[in-house]
Amino acid sequence: MSPARTLPLDVSKLRTEFPVLSRAMRGKRLAYLDSGATSLKPRSVLEAERAYYEQLSSNIHRGVYEFSERATILYDEARTKAAGLINAAAAREVIFTRGTTESINLVGYSWGRKFLKPGDEILTSEFEHHSNIVVWQEVAKATGAVLRFFPLLPHAEGLDPEQLETAFSERTRIVAITGMSNVTGYKPPLRRIAELAHERGAVVLVDGAQMACHEPVDVQALDIDFLAFSAHKMCGPTGIGVLYGRESLLEAMDPFLYGGDMIERVWKDRSTYAQLPEKFEAGTPHIAGAIGFGAACDFVQGVGLEAIAAHERELLDYCLARTRARDDITVYGGINTDDRGGIFSFNFADVHAHDVGMILDSHGVAVRAGFHCAQPLMRVFGVAGTTRASFYMYTDRSDIDALFDGLDAVRKIFL
Amino acid sequence: MNLGDDLYKEIILDNYKAKKYRRRMDDADISREGANPSCGDDIELFVRLNGDRIEEVTYDGAGCSICLASANMLCTALTGRTLGEARALFDQVRSMLTDADVPDFPEYAADLEAMQGVKAFPVRVKCAMLAWSTLKQVVDEHSLSAG
Repeated sequence: MSPARTLPLDVSKLRTEFPVLSRAMRGKRLAYLDSGATSLKPRSVLEAERAYYEQLSSNIHRGVYEFSERATILYDEARTKAAGLINAAAAREVIFTRGTTESINLVGYSWGRKFLKPGDEILTSEFEHHSNIVVWQEVAKATGAVLRFFPLLPHAEGLDPEQLETAFSERTRIVAITGMSNVTGYKPPLRRIAELAHERGAVVLVDGAQMACHEPVDVQALDIDFLAFSAHKMCGPTGIGVLYGRESLLEAMDPFLYGGDMIERVWKDRSTYAQLPEKFEAGTPHIAGAIGFGAACDFVQGVGLEAIAAHERELLDYCLARTRARDDITVYGGINTDDRGGIFSFNFADVHAHDVGMILDSHGVAVRAGFHCAQPLMRVFGVAGTTRASFYMYTDRSDIDALFDGLDAVRKIFL
Repeated sequence: MNLGDDLYKEIILDNYKAKKYRRRMDDADISREGANPSCGDDIELFVRLNGDRIEEVTYDGAGCSICLASANMLCTALTGRTLGEARALFDQVRSMLTDADVPDFPEYAADLEAMQGVKAFPVRVKCAMLAWSTLKQVVDEHSLSAG
């Protein structure tokens, strides 16, 4: 392999791969700035799903005929591609789920409820999406474990590095932490967190919903134990995602859902269960979704995750530079982009985020407005919500210019 | 002007910026909180009654312009009105926002017609309805307890 070199993306060419980008919204050029909620889908992904339904349409594993065999191969290939994307040591460490939320629930039920004891500590942060907090609240309730939070820097610009280590105790058993905040794009120091956790015999689960799609992820280099992510944020279909788990941990855990496809032998009164990964995949999976996901892995890797990360950072720098000259925009998460992904969260004067979002909508600009499934972080900021613009490989400067033009319209109406 | 900008009519903005009824009430007979969990609108309604008549109604809380303007219109319209009138106005506001009905508001509630445009934005209907749904609960509760 040639040494890693990041070439700038050919964004205008890339944009032609995404059919939605050729549509107008409210009669305006679509400025899609909501990739943090879900990414747009390229043709190759749509075609892969369609080809499965049109040409095979057969269930996997059980069929003895050609089409079923072929579908099984494509499904298994998708797993290998997903494993490759995150550099898992083996494809059997990749469990297909419905998405990040289900992946985290799987760990909560199958690892948390089995191994946590009263007084054990679950260490998490106020940067988490609700899916990585509520699950652990319930696990704590069921097991008597206690939820602890990493102390933050002022203005929630990150975890406080001075207090990273002291947040751990002898009872810390699991760290449930985001790889990239869906509100500010902040990226916690995962490698260091994993080191501190492993020194104390704790495991690390990373919510990679915003991370895995925007930068190269290597679970072995990061030395993390679980990684949850979704296909739909990385050009893939909705309804499918991954739980990566270290093999020894997945082996020690009980199944999550029970039924067909996850068994080895079934008697009237008992059953034995399949090996990894089938042990965790009860019922007919989202076959078309997995195949589409495989195509999405090919697509994002073809574009290059290094290049995507660099492109998004450049857009964020451009965005932040445009805010510097004005006093009517409050930016959340600080202005340092060293440890940030392509997410720009802000409030415009004292205008409610929903009013901002709605006026932007009428100018063809798609953003997210509200609390972003992160109410604890909104409390840290002391706001009810924010407006969030989030980027991806196909985002260009015209999209950001459209955002700022839209804000001028907000100003005219409200200020 | 396009559809979205057009929604923000002067009447709505005036009601949003008005502070007259935006305050807590210490001697309220009934107060009730209402929230839209999906968007974060969160208000509290305070009502002081004299028999069947609303002597005073105020609101406090956080919300978007549509939500707070609607709450202010509610207070303006219903101060001094009976619970029966409140119920009837609730029905009219709801059908204006959720059905095709063209409203025929009494003179004292004429500002509410400005809310018609919200119907074109289904996700915002909840914002416009929040104060009214909260009021409906207050009225129902009172009728029950009054037997």
